[in-house]
Amino acid sequence: MTPLTGCLLISALLFAVGLGGALSRRCAILVLIGIELMLNAANLNFIAFWRYGPHPEALTGVLFVIFSIAIAAAEAAVGLALIMAVYRHAKTTDLSRVDSMKG
Amino acid sequence: MTVPFLILAAITLAGAVAAMTLRKLVHCALALAVSLVGLAGLYLDLGAQFVGLAQVLVYVGAVVILIVFAILLTRGDEPPSPRVGRAISGVVISACVFAVLAWAIVSGGAAQGASAPSLAPISDIGHAMMGRYILPLEVVGLLLTAALIGAVVIAMEEKRRTK
Repeated sequence: MTPLTGCLLISALLFAVGLGGALSRRCAILVLIGIELMLNAANLNFIAFWRYGPHPEALTGVLFVIFSIAIAAAEAAVGLALIMAVYRHAKTTDLSRVDSMKG
Repeated sequence: MTVPFLILAAITLAGAVAAMTLRKLVHCALALAVSLVGLAGLYLDLGAQFVGLAQVLVYVGAVVILIVFAILLTRGDEPPSPRVGRAISGVVISACVFAVLAWAIVSGGAAQGASAPSLAPISDIGHAMMGRYILPLEVVGLLLTAALIGAVVIAMEEKRRTK
């Protein structure tokens, strides 16, 4: 097994764990944690392809991951603000009970 | 596949599984921190120092703290009896996705490029960011400003409405 294959398998496993959590848990914060894990699996893919790819001196993967981390931080901030707004409105973060759009 | 790489991968995956299966929300957030630290170690092991340190700063330093604050402000523990069917369907779907991904990875025959590339010096990253990637950098700055303002506006919406 080449190192690139190992990296990709670990990344796929991380993505599967995040996806399973985001699909099966009911708390909104845990769904957000699962989404963060999936984003990090994608970042690990970028780094692995940069490290074992044909042109590592171009630094494309590293810069893509840096921008991706910045965007993930923005996403976490907005997502948690939305969760707090929903909690203030519905008094719960249980996603199966937040099923009404009436104001 | 060196031994440190495997250990870091095991830490990362164990933290991720714990973050997705533990019952208490604070434990989940701390397990997420463990997983992200392991991932930063993986980045360092793969030769991307700047990304590893940025991962520790941004994720472990900011995002996990933000999640902990959100947990403390909402007090939203899951009810003790989750529906079993939903959990089983989620696990089955994620297992199918992993099976497809693993089949594609193993049968794809990934091209092996340069076996031992040089590390990415931080000065090169700075030069690339200020040169070729200057426009994405400005766009990310704009996006972060917009997200900051948007998060504040969304979180204090209720207070504004009562005035």
